[in-house]
Amino acid sequence: MIRVALPPHLRRLAQVNGEVKLHVEGPATQRAVLDALEARYPVLRGTIRDHVTQQRRAFIRFFACAQDLSHELPDAPLPDAVATGVEPFLVIGAMAGGSV
Amino acid sequence: MSRVRVLVGTRKGAFVLTSDAKRQRWDVGGPHFGGWEIYHLKGSPADPNRLYASQSSGWFGQVIQRSNDGGKTWAPVGNEFVYDGVPGTHQWYDGTQHPWKFARVWHLEPSLADPDTVYAGVEDAALFRTTDGGQTWQELPGLRGHGSGPRWQPGAGGMCLHTIVQDPSHPGRLFIAISAAGAFRTDDAGKTWRPVNRGLQSQMLPDPKAEVGHCVHRIAMHPSRPGVLFMQKHWDVMRSDDAGGSWHEISGNLPTDFGFTIDVHAHEPNTVYVIPIKSDSEHYPPDGKLRVYRSRTGGNEWEALTKGLPQSDCYVNVLRDAMAIDSLDSCGVYFGTTGGQVYASADAGDSWAPIVRDLPSVLSVEVQTLE
Repeated sequence: MIRVALPPHLRRLAQVNGEVKLHVEGPATQRAVLDALEARYPVLRGTIRDHVTQQRRAFIRFFACAQDLSHELPDAPLPDAVATGVEPFLVIGAMAGGSV
Repeated sequence: MSRVRVLVGTRKGAFVLTSDAKRQRWDVGGPHFGGWEIYHLKGSPADPNRLYASQSSGWFGQVIQRSNDGGKTWAPVGNEFVYDGVPGTHQWYDGTQHPWKFARVWHLEPSLADPDTVYAGVEDAALFRTTDGGQTWQELPGLRGHGSGPRWQPGAGGMCLHTIVQDPSHPGRLFIAISAAGAFRTDDAGKTWRPVNRGLQSQMLPDPKAEVGHCVHRIAMHPSRPGVLFMQKHWDVMRSDDAGGSWHEISGNLPTDFGFTIDVHAHEPNTVYVIPIKSDSEHYPPDGKLRVYRSRTGGNEWEALTKGLPQSDCYVNVLRDAMAIDSLDSCGVYFGTTGGQVYASADAGDSWAPIVRDLPSVLSVEVQTLE
């Protein structure tokens, strides 16, 4: 079981409270987690990564275990603590810096 | 009894303002989609309870919302806007070619006849259409395929297709406008397009009379006279009497002919409204006075409408999609400002009062006249 913590705007969009718990087939990677997340909540398609290129949107960050995993390859294995559900996989909206 | 529903898109959510036909007491609903930019929301002329909203965010991209009950409840529909084929390139700020990339939906224009059909004008400029109530969107690629695409360039706000006007007497005829490419017309429901910019002059272009490259800000039409178009350009207020075949200037005695929005009276096809803005770098009214200008002569002769509007120390802007007209017997006019005020006039502009004063910065205003 993998735990995913979404930012408030995406929780509201997906109509979820608290963390999302996902069962991921095979190795736990960013791609596998996001595939499972979007399969469960199709409304999130396009909000975290691009529909076509599947690249992370520029102002989205992925954190876990006090590390920034945003620039890891999509198929790189996530930390064991995330794969086993000990730690959540955090989807974060980057800081705005007060511009909007 | 008739009533009106004003749909307001802001930088931080959507608001639905409702009143009876007197338009003096208002209920304010919202914010819907709080925290998101709502570039535009609009109701279907064929089913007034069917509304569509463009919800976007620099973080989370584009969402399209649909309401089937007049804005009480909403549900997200499809948000996949994929350019047809190889997207190609357009001109970038530095003169180089830049790949087309989807950013957001600026404008949603529901079909006059079918609540499930909606046109979407997007940035980078292209026209999309849904025929299934927003579940899926397909580009009408003939517009970008016109051949002039590599010469289109972004304005300061991005390269956006922001204006979509349907001709009620020619179902296949659409007008669209792009900043900064200009106006285009199709007569075959979007298969083929031609630029309709003859008569426009833009001093910011190497060739001021170029076929494309003009920064058209908005086009308005009266449905009873669809061959006559009114345009607020980056500078210049323009008119066409031949469905865009040619344009002539009608700025006349306006204090400045820069501005963003333009609209036409519901019952008087020759009565036109603009809100002059000081200049392309000073996006506020001249002299700190917020004035709507009305021409009852189809242009050139303009009168300032000031009653109830701030006439000192006012430095807000009114954006291209932020004015609307209702169709009650005494025509109502509405506009929203970047300062968060939404003003209404129930007497065709003679007098004004704010419906709300403190919304987030207003991006768009539409109105529905309901029975």
